[in-house]
Amino acid sequence: MKIFKGGTHPPGYKEATAEKSIKEISLPSEIIIPLTQHIGAPNQPLVSSGDKVKAGQKIGETDSFVSAPIHSSVSGEIKAIESRSHCMSRGALSVVIIPDEKQKAEKTKIDDKSPDLDKIKEIVREAGIVGLGGAAFPTHVKLSPPKEKPVDTVIINGCECESYLTCDYRQMIEQSDDLIDGTTLIMKILRAKRAYIGIENNKPKAIKHLQEKLEDFDDIKIVVLPTKYPQGAEKLLIKVVLGREVPSGGLPMDVGVVVQNVGTTIAISNAVRHGTPLVERVITVSGSAIKKPKNLRVKIGTPIEHIIKECGGFSKDPIKVIMGGPMTGFAQYDLAIPIIKGTSGILALTGKELSLDPLNQTACIRCARCINNCPIGLMPNNYALYGAIGDWDTMESFNVMDCIECGTCSFVCPARIPHIQYIRLGKSRIMEKCKS
Amino acid sequence: MNEELKKESEAQKLTVTVSPHIWQGESTRQIMLWVIGALLPVTFYALWVFKFHALMVIALSIFTCVVTEGVYQKMMKLPVTIGDFSAVLTGLLLALILPPLVPWWIVVIGGFVAIMLGKQVFGGLGYNIFNPALVGRVVLVLSWPQHLAKDWYLPLVSKAGFKLLGVATKLDAITSATPLYAMKQMREGLLSGIKPAYFYKALLLSNPGGCIGEVSALLLLIGAAVLLAKRIIDWRIPLCYLGTVVVFTLILKGDVIFYLLAGGLILGAFFMATDYVTSCITRKGKIIYGVGLGFITVLLRFYSGLPEAVMISILVMNCWVPLIDKYTRPKVFGVTKSA
Repeated sequence: MKIFKGGTHPPGYKEATAEKSIKEISLPSEIIIPLTQHIGAPNQPLVSSGDKVKAGQKIGETDSFVSAPIHSSVSGEIKAIESRSHCMSRGALSVVIIPDEKQKAEKTKIDDKSPDLDKIKEIVREAGIVGLGGAAFPTHVKLSPPKEKPVDTVIINGCECESYLTCDYRQMIEQSDDLIDGTTLIMKILRAKRAYIGIENNKPKAIKHLQEKLEDFDDIKIVVLPTKYPQGAEKLLIKVVLGREVPSGGLPMDVGVVVQNVGTTIAISNAVRHGTPLVERVITVSGSAIKKPKNLRVKIGTPIEHIIKECGGFSKDPIKVIMGGPMTGFAQYDLAIPIIKGTSGILALTGKELSLDPLNQTACIRCARCINNCPIGLMPNNYALYGAIGDWDTMESFNVMDCIECGTCSFVCPARIPHIQYIRLGKSRIMEKCKS
Repeated sequence: MNEELKKESEAQKLTVTVSPHIWQGESTRQIMLWVIGALLPVTFYALWVFKFHALMVIALSIFTCVVTEGVYQKMMKLPVTIGDFSAVLTGLLLALILPPLVPWWIVVIGGFVAIMLGKQVFGGLGYNIFNPALVGRVVLVLSWPQHLAKDWYLPLVSKAGFKLLGVATKLDAITSATPLYAMKQMREGLLSGIKPAYFYKALLLSNPGGCIGEVSALLLLIGAAVLLAKRIIDWRIPLCYLGTVVVFTLILKGDVIFYLLAGGLILGAFFMATDYVTSCITRKGKIIYGVGLGFITVLLRFYSGLPEAVMISILVMNCWVPLIDKYTRPKVFGVTKSA
């Protein structure tokens, strides 16, 4: 079997939700839609306080290419446009909507049954689709490679290598037709010859189901991968599936590949076939403090506390509430924070599985686990060493900019050193230096 | 906000840290405890062979190391880290490389030197260049050679020792020495009639003529196997070390089995050369480090006046670690050589 160097095997914890089908939930009393939800330029509001909006109506937009518009996920009245707590920063300008009873949706008419390529790209952008795996990179940008970088292969990322999360797994089983349709659309846009769907071997049901569905497709193949974290990292997935190595500082399109997440691919299909903008997504709610772990389809902008209430509340006091997976997700300080397009899960964790206990941190003992497990071949021990004294130049010489922030180094560290903290600090300082 | 809500939010104070949020669960302390545990079989057997003397040496060595570290850190207003068990491990290792009959004050000085000069002056755990236990021993060897070279429990190369081995010998009087020392004397023509094969069984199973931790190579190997299986130590260093010793011993026509089992080689290769802090951190570096150790050990064993070479080899190679690490960085994903 194909395998990448390094990596680790965190406990899966997927049993709690793996066999639970995706459920809808009730509407919260308030929907909070941050205008910053993706990598790139933030949106400007198109509506103002007191306006009535319909579900699917565009409420935020910018002219910048690397960006995606934002739509209202409900119909209702705009209560305020103000700064609210945000899952990845202290606060962000957000549109606060009080949902009404009727929930009227604004339907885009599909007058063109087989739109041309530029039209599809336009639809993807207008639908506000971004990478749903977590990074939230605007999808239409990925679908617009420059002429000199032709893309021959599309890889659909069905690895879901993060612990706890099962939302991609459920979608592969429950929405396989949309997934395959989305895949063919992406191939069409990029004029790619073939597509691979990469799935880890801990999801045999999804593999079998998709293999049956794909019997008549010659150009879409399932690639079964040995379970290992961080297989879902774009660069590693490309290396494992195709043997191509994305150059340092480069993009997948440099080696003729575009990678899309399962959820994103389904969203593309929905946007093109049904005119549905990205206003909801599937998330996994799990963790030892959640009474009834579930896979849910939720409106973008639903606060965490409402979602947790729908899962029976907390069974015990959580120590951490995380948005995303346990290896790369963001710890939250406020349960009023809403989910955004990139949120793949809500985890409420307790107990000893938690890392980074500042009371138990020791000095680095040079055990080399971070080096041996780094999938990129970095020496993370040096980032803590040089980061602590602010030597950014040396950090740069140790290739810190190539770090994918998968968190493996901290996961295996017996000294419980917060490597990712030093790495992010170093990266931002090096970028500041480059700008000035 | 009303009172009830306030209470609720107080009850749900959430911890915020950078990712990752889960952890594999093996701490520095647990690693130290595993290494200590792996040394316990040989330690207990040594207690049984050497009786009270060994108990005194081991207990006093650990006690001195822990107290030195704790008192120093208190005095310097540093966080006291004796809870990580690294000082206990240093104390145990130091005791295992001392002769069983050394006087108590030697042990105390050794323990103090190991922690102070070997570890704390560099900044404590993680920052020391040299293996602390070996620093302790080398200071003792240089300061009180008469104790370190003669306080054996029962020299194997003696009448009583040979009787123990079941080997008939015509030798009347032999100076007290270790098997390694005897072989050196053989090469120099000071001694004759002893074959290395006499010592195989004793070195493997029960060797009363050596340091406390050299009492049984087999029990050391059992402990080492546990550490290798648990992936606490990397196989590269011991394998390259022992492999190089085998190759060079063969070239110099020495007895391979004897030279593998004799002296502190097994203890050094598996438990001291593999010390995380003072050994190479990169995989390629570990190979170079291991080969270097083997080369120096054989060189010193055959061409120097020193009867024991493992200790010096490790200390010498400790000096090279930063340089080796610098030139053996792993290949970074997506970076091509020309770039």
